[in-house]
Amino acid sequence: MSAALPLHQTPSATASIHALASAKVGFRALVSRGPESLTPGATARAAYATVAVSRDPQFATLEDADVEYFKGVLGERGVITDPDAVGAANVDWMGKYKGNSKLLLRPTTTRHVADVLKYCNERRLAVVPQGGNTGLVGGSVPVFDEIILSLAGMNKIISFDEVSGILDCEAGCILESLDTFLADRGFAMPLDLGAKGSCQIGGNVSTNAGGIRLLRYGSLHGSVLGLEVVLVDGTVVDMTRALRKDNTGYDLKQLFIGAEGTLGVVTRVVLLAPPRSPSVHVALLGCSSFDAVQRVFCESRRHLGEVLSAAEFFDSNSLRMVLKHNEGTRDPLPDGAYPFYVLIETSGSQAEHDRAKLDAFLESVMEEGVVDDGTVAHDSTQAAAIWHLREGVAEALQRAGAVYKYDLSVPVKDLYALVEEMRTRLEGSAAEVVGYGHLGDGNLHLNISAPTYDDKLLERIEPFVYEWVAGRQGSVSAEHGLGLMKANAIHYSKAPHAVAVMKRVKTLFDPHGILNPYKLLPSP
Amino acid sequence: MSMNPFCEIAVEEAIRLKEKGAIKEVVAVSLGVQQCQDTLRTALAMGADRAVLVKVEPAQEEALEPLIVAKLLKGIAVKETADLVFLGKQAIDDDCNQTGQMLAALLDWPQATFASKVVLDAAAKSALVTREVDDGLETVSIKLPAVITTDLRLNEPRYATLPNIMKAKKKPIAVLSPSDLGLDLADPASRRVQVVQVKEPPQRVGGRILQSVDELLDKLKNEAKVL
Repeated sequence: MSAALPLHQTPSATASIHALASAKVGFRALVSRGPESLTPGATARAAYATVAVSRDPQFATLEDADVEYFKGVLGERGVITDPDAVGAANVDWMGKYKGNSKLLLRPTTTRHVADVLKYCNERRLAVVPQGGNTGLVGGSVPVFDEIILSLAGMNKIISFDEVSGILDCEAGCILESLDTFLADRGFAMPLDLGAKGSCQIGGNVSTNAGGIRLLRYGSLHGSVLGLEVVLVDGTVVDMTRALRKDNTGYDLKQLFIGAEGTLGVVTRVVLLAPPRSPSVHVALLGCSSFDAVQRVFCESRRHLGEVLSAAEFFDSNSLRMVLKHNEGTRDPLPDGAYPFYVLIETSGSQAEHDRAKLDAFLESVMEEGVVDDGTVAHDSTQAAAIWHLREGVAEALQRAGAVYKYDLSVPVKDLYALVEEMRTRLEGSAAEVVGYGHLGDGNLHLNISAPTYDDKLLERIEPFVYEWVAGRQGSVSAEHGLGLMKANAIHYSKAPHAVAVMKRVKTLFDPHGILNPYKLLPSP
Repeated sequence: MSMNPFCEIAVEEAIRLKEKGAIKEVVAVSLGVQQCQDTLRTALAMGADRAVLVKVEPAQEEALEPLIVAKLLKGIAVKETADLVFLGKQAIDDDCNQTGQMLAALLDWPQATFASKVVLDAAAKSALVTREVDDGLETVSIKLPAVITTDLRLNEPRYATLPNIMKAKKKPIAVLSPSDLGLDLADPASRRVQVVQVKEPPQRVGGRILQSVDELLDKLKNEAKVL
């Protein structure tokens, strides 16, 4: 179902949509490899998945001899066949995607990873690299019986240089642990997201994770200085020189950042950590329109400048979800109901200076009338409570029932329009539409909460959501990646010839396609 | 610098009583270095009407032991002709839980400590206070003027909202010195407490899994030395 466009023509978004529309049936239907793939056991379809795939017959099936080999490489403790343990690794955080792997491997060294991959490549055994398994697009769990290669056992901090702020660590280190380690030394991780207690840095790198600090510290493409990656043939590509500037040759590591484990397995990360700001202020502001929200953001940039470290928003539906489903939460502005809440955070080196800037900003937005009310956290407990209102939405939605999650980049002025259109579209159904996200980055998290997964509901949502975003030259996956969920949606945001080049890169690095198959790129 | 959590509860309770009309004015008091003004601004932003800082030089901060704080607060309570003094039950840095009780004794006022509920009868000039005690809850009736110290479950302090934060900037903070209240912190005779040593508890060693009861007995006898 590739778009049949001549390679020399640059397709417009509409052309891509039309090309896709002609294959619309194919988008939701089985991408079949022939009649044999239609046998019941060979077809995987999760409860609400929008991509149905069949198991690639060129992959081998696990045999006892394979398990014995792995035991020889990793030791007994590194090879897990216990159904309960493997079962847990087969399911993603949302409980939406469930694979059927029979084997979980836990290497503790890069050599282990190299030996495992080389063997799997020769045997044509498919492999899913797995970090903290907190991804939201089904990219971290098997679709069928792929072997799960967990990096959790590789969690050592190798070194940290307190002058340059350069951190060198193994891929299995948990983000929050790294941040705690750095905090003790006056530094911070350049990224922060809700999953910090479980996600691993290797996974963060492989998904080019964004989060709430991207506004201030930029993306991982900038803060990752080096990587060690293992390729399918067992080659260990060492790109770990800890240098801020190094223009010698192609910057290969960039390919692996965001490749979602489809080009190689990241085993070691060298990262530039910024100094930790001693003075942090958090303000929560209530606004009555999205126009006001945008004005607040503009003012925050103007007044707060270099100390602005986060600009997030969430709507009243989001707040209601959090107050209802998350324990220990309360509304900081109980005297009013605001359609929108904006969270502004400043991080700087001097409390008085930052507070003065924040006060000037607050006075300005109050006077202009763009903010109806708000509060400033007066200690770290209040600051954490306010952050939880924003970071806890995903958790609250999980508790509420079924949730359809969309992560979109659109021009900031259009950010909320999609939420309103979706609400109108789903009027009359049991679904509740919730909108929140990274205001400063133009990244909307559109979530539709329903009592249960329902294909009829899904049909009202997709492909409308993708087409809406494509029509505004946006991204159908701002930070979550494509995984399994959007493996066939890349055409909404990337031209066909670009995708064709990506496929050539994939073939170059992984000729047999054993690394995280069925993910990221559309099936041929 | 942030407000002691129990004191925050005290400020909140006072403001709620004012909102109910049971009291006329809330004065927030802090004792310490210049920076304590930040916590007083927070109290003003929450709704206190005025604030008083008993300013102490950094070198003399150590002298602010419970009895001295109680004496300074007595001076203020008398000066302000207060009917009610709310304090947090203890400060979370020294965990003394003494100041409120000493203050009541110095003033010769009734006290109700560890309050989890306060019902004020302004007309009758009395209060019904429920206290959290080891056995459960105890309710006492006290006549005003009185001292009340607050416990965790008394209330959940509000977030200060922007209009109030702005207004707070204009509310007055009077600055006094200990000598204005008749105390000389530099005088060694005024001190009752001397900090001899502050040390961290011993590092927690990880647990070990033992293989047999004999091994357990051996460890209890020879390592832990408890048998």
